[in-house]
Amino acid sequence: MTSQKIVLHFPRRMVDQPIVYKLVKDFDLKFNILKAHVTPQEEGLMVLELSGKKENFNRGIEYLKSCGVKIQPLSQDVTRNDIKCTDCGVCVPICPTEALVVDPKTRKVHFYNDKCIACELCVKICPTRAMEVHF
Amino acid sequence: MRIMRTIKQINDKIKKGEVVALTAEEVIELVAKKGAKKAAEEVDVVTTGTFGPMCSSGAYFNIGHSKPKIKLGGGTCTLNDVLVYAGFAAVDIYLGATAVPDDDPRNKVYPGEFKYGGGHVINEIVAGKDIRLVATTYGTDCYPRRKLETLVNIRDLNEAVLFNMRNCYQNYNVAVNLSDKSIHTYMGTLKPNLGNANYCSAGQLSPLLKDPYYRTIGIGTKIFLGGGIGYVAWQGTQHNPVAPRGENGIPKSPAGTIAVIGDLKQMKPEWLVGTSMLGYGVSLIVGMGVPIPVLDEQAIKFAAISDEEIYAQIVDYSSSYPQGISGSLGEVNYAQLKSGKIAVQGKQVATGNLSSYSKAREISEELKSWIKKGDFLLSEPVAPLPGAESGYAFKPLKERPII
Repeated sequence: MTSQKIVLHFPRRMVDQPIVYKLVKDFDLKFNILKAHVTPQEEGLMVLELSGKKENFNRGIEYLKSCGVKIQPLSQDVTRNDIKCTDCGVCVPICPTEALVVDPKTRKVHFYNDKCIACELCVKICPTRAMEVHF
Repeated sequence: MRIMRTIKQINDKIKKGEVVALTAEEVIELVAKKGAKKAAEEVDVVTTGTFGPMCSSGAYFNIGHSKPKIKLGGGTCTLNDVLVYAGFAAVDIYLGATAVPDDDPRNKVYPGEFKYGGGHVINEIVAGKDIRLVATTYGTDCYPRRKLETLVNIRDLNEAVLFNMRNCYQNYNVAVNLSDKSIHTYMGTLKPNLGNANYCSAGQLSPLLKDPYYRTIGIGTKIFLGGGIGYVAWQGTQHNPVAPRGENGIPKSPAGTIAVIGDLKQMKPEWLVGTSMLGYGVSLIVGMGVPIPVLDEQAIKFAAISDEEIYAQIVDYSSSYPQGISGSLGEVNYAQLKSGKIAVQGKQVATGNLSSYSKAREISEELKSWIKKGDFLLSEPVAPLPGAESGYAFKPLKERPII
């Protein structure tokens, strides 16, 4: 079994194609949509957690690439600017997946980007705007 | 109580490199291990620290005279498009931390983002960046010029002085939201139905909580301010020493405050940081640390009061706070707040701090190292702050119709 959070960028011509349906039907993959921004006649963006047998997973990814979908692993997309972060911790109760956690000893805030679902709730509530999104 | 040492004696030890300085955190451990009497004999100075948004902050500048001369007083002046107050003599201006540019939409598109304002300009000035100054005014016989557009830099200004009229609150509220929609406050975003609880204090490291009756923190006390040296100038606005206190003397709600002043030219940008509070506005995070001389055993007893013994009130910011209705949903201590969850009305609520404890710790360590190296001597206060028995209190506005 393989499970990965990925970011898909659809070109404009793909926006009306049932891509996720294909992933399920043809490759037997499970999906969980974490975020989607799809507007007709514009580029689409979807953040998915995709899981299934390794072989099917790889074939699914190949299929997406062959359609012209750009794929990025999610962890690259939300980052923390450590120079701006003051380790205050006001983001911690806002984060729904405990990707932002205070270390009880050092009282510094850790960002675990493997837990991040890119909901972006932390981005605007950070007083120093230290959380950055790059899609 | 027996006086064990004077500030002069402590300074003599600092000059000889023999001073014993500990942070408030270290003193808590020491007193727990050896008792207050023994600890008071050993320790000369306790250092404290805090690093949180403090809105009533600002800085004044004298920009020097242009040729021909201009009188900004009575005109308007901006720094990087942020309006400053110019109602003084010809070239003195004051920049407030919460000022925003005229073209910022504020909360017209709610919640406003407030990406840039006075706090950010102060940070950039301290960082040595060039700043755009634009002014228009009326001409006079002695000051004929009406327009001025120029870059300015802190190194060229005659004076650049941080002067904050209220900083370093002695304790603060824990903010929650009882309503059914998200609200955006100076205490951060509060999710509906007790979705989170935000607090804002360094607790056991916070300067005024370590000297709860202002026995040594007074007017003239020398402090760590914005990474440099500053002084307590006065009691802060809204100073409220009569706030209810626990048996240990610690106020259980926002109480004392201090006004502070210091030369901005020797401060550092990492300790004066502009902030954007979603739906609220711009502010300035100020790094501050105050040394507390251990003049007697009582001083160390106060300095050793820990998070478990410092209580704060839980306040509803959806209704009670904005309507000015006093009342608390209960009280919790800072150890509970730091555990990450508190109970409010039977619900477990996740907590977040607006004030960086790890930075407060860094400040207390930095101030300790200055004292140990002999770079920082303590000062005697020249006058006390109004104390708990003074009757000095924070009053609401009495509105009266203008006839």
